[in-house]
Amino acid sequence: MTKPMATLKLFASLSQYLPATAVDNRLDITVESDTTIAAIIERFNLPEKLVHLVLVNGVYIDPSDRAQRVLQPGEVLAIWPPVAGG
Amino acid sequence: MGWTRKILRVNLTEGTCKAEDLNMTWAKDYLGSRGLATKYLVEEMDPKVDPLSPENKLIMATGPLTGTMASTGGRYTVVTKGPLTGAIACSNSGGYFGAEMKFAGWDMIIFEGRSEKPVYLMLENDRAELKDASHLWGTSTWHTEEQIKKDNQDPQIRVSSIGKAGENQVLFSCVVNDLHRAAGRSGVGAVMGSKNLKAVALRGTKGVSGIEDFTEFAKVTKEKKAILAENAVTGQGLPTYGTQVLMNVINEMGALPTRNHKSVQFEDANAISAEAMAKPRESDGKAQLVTNAACFGCTIACGRISKIDKEHFTVVNKPQYWGASGGLEYEAAWALGAANGVNDLDALQYANLICNEQGMDPISFGATIGAVMEMYENGTLDEAAIGVKAPFGSAAALCELVDMTANGVGFGVEIGLGSKRLCEKYGQPELSMSVKGQEFPAYDARGIQGMGLTYATSNRGACHLRSYTVASEVLGIPVKTDPLTTDGKPELVMAFQDATAAFDSSGLCIFTSFAWSLADIQPQIDAACEGEWSLEKLSQVGERIWNMEKMFNLEAGLTKDDDRLPKRLTTEPAEMGPAKGLVSGVPEMLPKYYEIRGWDTEGHPKAETKARLGL
Repeated sequence: MTKPMATLKLFASLSQYLPATAVDNRLDITVESDTTIAAIIERFNLPEKLVHLVLVNGVYIDPSDRAQRVLQPGEVLAIWPPVAGG
Repeated sequence: MGWTRKILRVNLTEGTCKAEDLNMTWAKDYLGSRGLATKYLVEEMDPKVDPLSPENKLIMATGPLTGTMASTGGRYTVVTKGPLTGAIACSNSGGYFGAEMKFAGWDMIIFEGRSEKPVYLMLENDRAELKDASHLWGTSTWHTEEQIKKDNQDPQIRVSSIGKAGENQVLFSCVVNDLHRAAGRSGVGAVMGSKNLKAVALRGTKGVSGIEDFTEFAKVTKEKKAILAENAVTGQGLPTYGTQVLMNVINEMGALPTRNHKSVQFEDANAISAEAMAKPRESDGKAQLVTNAACFGCTIACGRISKIDKEHFTVVNKPQYWGASGGLEYEAAWALGAANGVNDLDALQYANLICNEQGMDPISFGATIGAVMEMYENGTLDEAAIGVKAPFGSAAALCELVDMTANGVGFGVEIGLGSKRLCEKYGQPELSMSVKGQEFPAYDARGIQGMGLTYATSNRGACHLRSYTVASEVLGIPVKTDPLTTDGKPELVMAFQDATAAFDSSGLCIFTSFAWSLADIQPQIDAACEGEWSLEKLSQVGERIWNMEKMFNLEAGLTKDDDRLPKRLTTEPAEMGPAKGLVSGVPEMLPKYYEIRGWDTEGHPKAETKARLGL
């Protein structure tokens, strides 16, 4: 049976934490029914201080919600280090 | 004292240059740069003048912290009545020109009238002279800067000039200094062109003196620089990735205006992003990004310096474009790219170079091309009219049209009118994505609601730099707010507008506000300037400046109708992303905004508001 999949996108300096199989900063990842955002951050060894802006399907996730928020199959998790522009 | 207390008045009609004392009463109420220059304009000029007539004035102004050891203290402002908008124009630039003006001993230069023939101002410390610029007319900003340095045998001269776009009075032409920094918006370059003023060249060897409490100033500026260095955004994020890193952020949020705002996400956003700029190209194995760069006194260094592949179709056999040059920054990359559906990164940089070389605002140019491409696709315009096939996504059309616009050739002349006049001419006014005639920057008002109100109420026409609520709504600075709601946004926009007016008037860069608040620039101003500069006073200075600009616009003839967004943003919901189903809430936010501003329902400051602010 095919495992449920979601998408992880890592940008700027975090892109170096993606495996070589990733294309255009994105990687398909497996998720279980209890896979939280914090678990994915840990799975990819992302340094805590570089995990700054976290969006799921483009919607902001507060740092305090990362340990509870489960990533659903088909969702897109995108993470940036501290950035700004204008 | 911060200020040099001297201004130079240049009457181009008479050919005279005259030194005057700075009005210190005004300086204490309007600080400097944006605020103080606007005060001079308001006091000296009828807001109803034709922006391209000799009656319009153009002021280049520093702030009290320009040229000092305060971080980012290199800013200057060009203030005039804008030909693109008919409203107040106030365009801010970095580089080294502003500091040089201070080193020469001047707070500001006021240009009046119109010269009979092309001239440039050579200002070396106290010596001011209008020089013949006939040999510079018809040449680029890059050539002008190089030639002025040669003519005066001084490579350390700093130059601010217009290119062919300003000479041709392209309504979104800008004033370029230090090769690739620009007072970019609202067509301030066209005003210079209308005055036959090709350039301003500065050489200052006086340094900055007269800091009110130098010991305290040295201490506090050091402390504040440490805050910038330690802050993750200003210490690492901006220098490493530049503003361009926002391309993927804003696209993921569903707020990246695409194809003239028909969509809110661009499928090729990653191909024109900061990540793409840093990645080796398939064609030549080299990354477009070469390094980052800083303006005078800046400890952030967000600027990008890039190279185009020599074999790219835009620069083959054009070695003058093979070197490293400024860009791409986020707003330009968006306007030249996503706004037109163009995904060719080197084509975007080429168009950006031409904008710098000939002095055009890449935001308004790119956004106007978006309107042209939509009118091409809906059949309003065809290849015969434009001179090229111009469907969305055509890098070839973008690059052909940037050359035509910069050189005033063919359909480029019409593009130089900006999207509002162009779309009106072809019977499709609703396709101009602008407010007060000035094109939107890179944030969709449906996906970031505060930015819609920012655009609608910006005194200089649609602009992100009057109140960058993206900081709060996207990046959580100083606090995170929900980009999809209108709740609290009038208050947020007003707070950002007033604080930004104070930042801009100090001579510092607004990008410090990612780490600093007004409470961080207040002690720097207080140490540098005579008098007491409390946080409360500084906040009121910002509010006073905002209301003064608004009153200028009202006297110029603008009305509540000029505080509206195009119908597309208020009637056509976003079709994807987090904002799916949403339109901009500007119509519901505007009355509340007027109310908390102390304005009546037509957007006029009430008598008690004017009295409270001393207006």
